[in-house]
Amino acid sequence: MSIDITGINKKYGDFVALEDINVSLPTGQLTALLGPSGGGKSTLLRIIAGLDTADSGTINIEGADATRLPPQKRNVGFVFQHYAVFKHMTVAKNVAFGLEIRKRPKAEVAAKVDELLKLVHLSQFAHRLPSQLSGGQRQRLALARALAVEPTVLLLDEPFGALDAKVRKELRDWLRRLHDEVNVTTVFVTHDQEEALEVADEIVVINEGRVEQIGTPDQLYDEPANDFVMSFLGEVTTLNGQLIRPHDVEIAAMPQHGDAVQAVVSRSLRVGFEARVQVLTDNGEEVTVVLTRSHARHLGLEAGQNVWVRAAEGALTVPSLRAV
Amino acid sequence: MAETKEIRQHKSVVTYGLRFFVIAYLFVLVVWPLSEVVKRTFAPVEPDAAGGFGAFLERLQDPSVTYAFGLTVTCAFWAVLINTVFGVGISLLLVRYDFPGKRVLSVLVDLPMSVSPVVVGLALVLAYSTGSGWFGSALESVGIFVIGSTPGLIMATAFVSLPLVIREIIPVLEEIGTDAEMAASSLGANAWQSFRRITLPSIKWAVAYGVVLSLARSLGEFGAVKIVSPGAEFRGETATLLIQNRYGNYDESTAYAAAFVLVLAAVLALVVVTFIRRPEERS
Repeated sequence: MSIDITGINKKYGDFVALEDINVSLPTGQLTALLGPSGGGKSTLLRIIAGLDTADSGTINIEGADATRLPPQKRNVGFVFQHYAVFKHMTVAKNVAFGLEIRKRPKAEVAAKVDELLKLVHLSQFAHRLPSQLSGGQRQRLALARALAVEPTVLLLDEPFGALDAKVRKELRDWLRRLHDEVNVTTVFVTHDQEEALEVADEIVVINEGRVEQIGTPDQLYDEPANDFVMSFLGEVTTLNGQLIRPHDVEIAAMPQHGDAVQAVVSRSLRVGFEARVQVLTDNGEEVTVVLTRSHARHLGLEAGQNVWVRAAEGALTVPSLRAV
Repeated sequence: MAETKEIRQHKSVVTYGLRFFVIAYLFVLVVWPLSEVVKRTFAPVEPDAAGGFGAFLERLQDPSVTYAFGLTVTCAFWAVLINTVFGVGISLLLVRYDFPGKRVLSVLVDLPMSVSPVVVGLALVLAYSTGSGWFGSALESVGIFVIGSTPGLIMATAFVSLPLVIREIIPVLEEIGTDAEMAASSLGANAWQSFRRITLPSIKWAVAYGVVLSLARSLGEFGAVKIVSPGAEFRGETATLLIQNRYGNYDESTAYAAAFVLVLAAVLALVVVTFIRRPEERS
């Protein structure tokens, strides 16, 4: 195990940021800490890096106890949401910083900087200042700088949070490819479930300072441990007191199955290739159904129409614990 | 910042009225009195004596005058040096750390700005003089005399110009945040390396600006120095004290010459400050 986190607790005054966190992150994997804002995931990442200290509990990095080590002794690379590039240094100097601190020979530093700038596609910007780069380029620079010191673990705090949607998606794919190339144990924090599902080997869902579930993206999506994980990982709606994904709700103009519930269409909306239909069941439940446009057109759904809805065969449902 | 600045395009009577008012105000208060100093500096003392630049230089070469300027420069140099080192330290403490009494310290730092320099001088005398101050007696027993000697003058000058460096650095430190410093420490830099290679380059223009302001303030300090110094020729007479002494002793021409040098230094400081502000605003 590359990082072992045992019994971590952290309070800010009365606010419990983390409560008894126990997680083991295997070597070479790309792990996402996923959860809503203020849930404690960034705090956990900073505690791993040594930028914050836990009230109790231990952090082991590559078998060595790192709990009391200052950040500069932990050999972790850290990438901040707002890049934290050194504004007064050129791109090349930024990347060289960690190596120069370690007093490596000049030729070695130059070679390493060259190699890393190539890796993050910034070679032609080596002599520019960070202010002349775009947001995405700055974040790639921050990543190269963190990788230069050959860290045992790479920690990224909402690395794409400050970027616009298109650049986000590009960088996300690129991070996955980069990880497959350099294979350093990587942990990144995100509140975007799509990002986590797409990029990570393993996801740790953190909410209100507690770990809700740990698993692969498939496990989390197919077997959510509770209603929180289910609703955080994708859109949900409630049918017969059960949480269910809207695309798992079957809708029909005629009662073909015994367990179908009668409902009235209250709204029908087309979004791109899919149709989103709101129906009100006889039990007074507001159910959202997502279906393909052609299917919707086939049924000819209109507001006020009587329909029958049921959970599709093999659909995943989780008891809803919240009052709806 | 430039895009937030808005200048009224429409020029009305109010605009011209305001302009006239500002110019008249500055003229009456600053330009006219100062121009009188300049005029007198280069005017002949008596109708048949030589005036102009030569006479001006001659007055400045008087040993008591060179002593006074030497002392002023020495005091200003040490005061600025001390204030720069402590200013950077106190600013870091106030911005980067939380501790009990932080607000009190923050107010204390500003105190020299609002307290009259004369009071500052008096306070120093009370605390450090060999007669009344217990601390002064203790220092005297190990052979250090504060009041009436150069260390006292330096202390008085440093006290008065203390906030200038700090008030320049604090907003910049607050603005740059701690991310870059934390990134440096995660890359292996210790506290000193992170300060020297990351923090210091980020605040260098603020420090330079504060240094120039403190220097200008220190060169012109009068009130605090007046109380602390014996104020006699060749004995603790700084440039400002010299001006007062000569002006009161019918040697006005020397007083004007020394005053002109101080004005020149102030103008020079302002020019330097303008050039420092430029690169800062560009970034």
